[in-house]
Amino acid sequence: MSDMTANGTAPKGTIRAAYWRGFRHGLPFLLVIMPFGLLFGVAATSAGLDLAQVMGFSVMVIAGAAQFTALQLMGDQAPVLLILAASLAVNLRMAMYSAALTPHFGKAKTWQKALVAYFMVDQSYAMAANEYEAEPEMSRAEKLAYYAGVCTPICPNWYVATLLGALVGAKIPPEFALDFAVPITFLAMIGPALRTLAHVAAAAVSVVGALALSFLPSGVGLMIAAVAAMVTGAQVELWVARRKAVRE
Amino acid sequence: MNGYSDALIWGIIIALGIGTFFLRFSFMGFLGDRQLPEWALRYLRYTPVAVLPGLVAPLVLWPAGTGGETDPARMIAAFATLGVGIATRNTLWAILSGLAALYLSLWLVG
Repeated sequence: MSDMTANGTAPKGTIRAAYWRGFRHGLPFLLVIMPFGLLFGVAATSAGLDLAQVMGFSVMVIAGAAQFTALQLMGDQAPVLLILAASLAVNLRMAMYSAALTPHFGKAKTWQKALVAYFMVDQSYAMAANEYEAEPEMSRAEKLAYYAGVCTPICPNWYVATLLGALVGAKIPPEFALDFAVPITFLAMIGPALRTLAHVAAAAVSVVGALALSFLPSGVGLMIAAVAAMVTGAQVELWVARRKAVRE
Repeated sequence: MNGYSDALIWGIIIALGIGTFFLRFSFMGFLGDRQLPEWALRYLRYTPVAVLPGLVAPLVLWPAGTGGETDPARMIAAFATLGVGIATRNTLWAILSGLAALYLSLWLVG
């Protein structure tokens, strides 16, 4: 890898290799993307959105958790500003990913950064961050190629799965209790996210707060609970770190 | 989707699309090489676990499918999903286990 320069030029062969390595790393996520996209298509269609609107969500937003959040709050007839605030709050983690990718792509061309941003999902960020940490010698061109490779199997299939879900969704009878598929997908994302005591504490405050404040207009209690939960998570993290420092 | 006009629904979709794009573009696009302060990262770390559990708790306790009445089958499915998610750290396994638990308990109870 000595024939590479730091300013983002690399031989075509290594760029192509980086792309296909990313592609292989992205492939297993199809198992998550397909059922999740299907569920969104089904849920959005049964909530009464037309095909163009369902696809509009998946193409313009491409963020499953935020799309489900918006859908749920729309079903509750929440005010538009609260729908946007809650859904964007769910996506705030993307700003964290963006910050984490800045050292790698901060100096890339604007159109390249725009594409990286549009296709930034949990999976593409996670794979890229791991890869760039493990292979610090990669040039910027190789990093971009790897990122594009990861996104290739994931992102287009998010649209395809949504479309399939929207097309079959209307035909699924109520006995299948698909109303509960949405809570299940949320819970399935929460479980793996409960990594530390701080995460568990934040989640607990969020649940207790949202339930205690559920008498407020829809969405309002959730926002208050979420802010309290964020502060809780950050404070518990500091507290744990301080205790660790004292013990050492 | 009653309660919102078609135009309003499109407004929500477009606003959410633009807002999400700017969150994704934000630091990479505007900061260049500068880094975010540690305290800001600390808050950002907890946004998903601060929003999603509060969103899902009422849906589990008062599900739409039963008209808001607490339902044992759906509770069992919820705990199975969460438990498998914590144990396996795998979203897909959690979804599949949750759906399996839901249908099994609906079949046993209902």
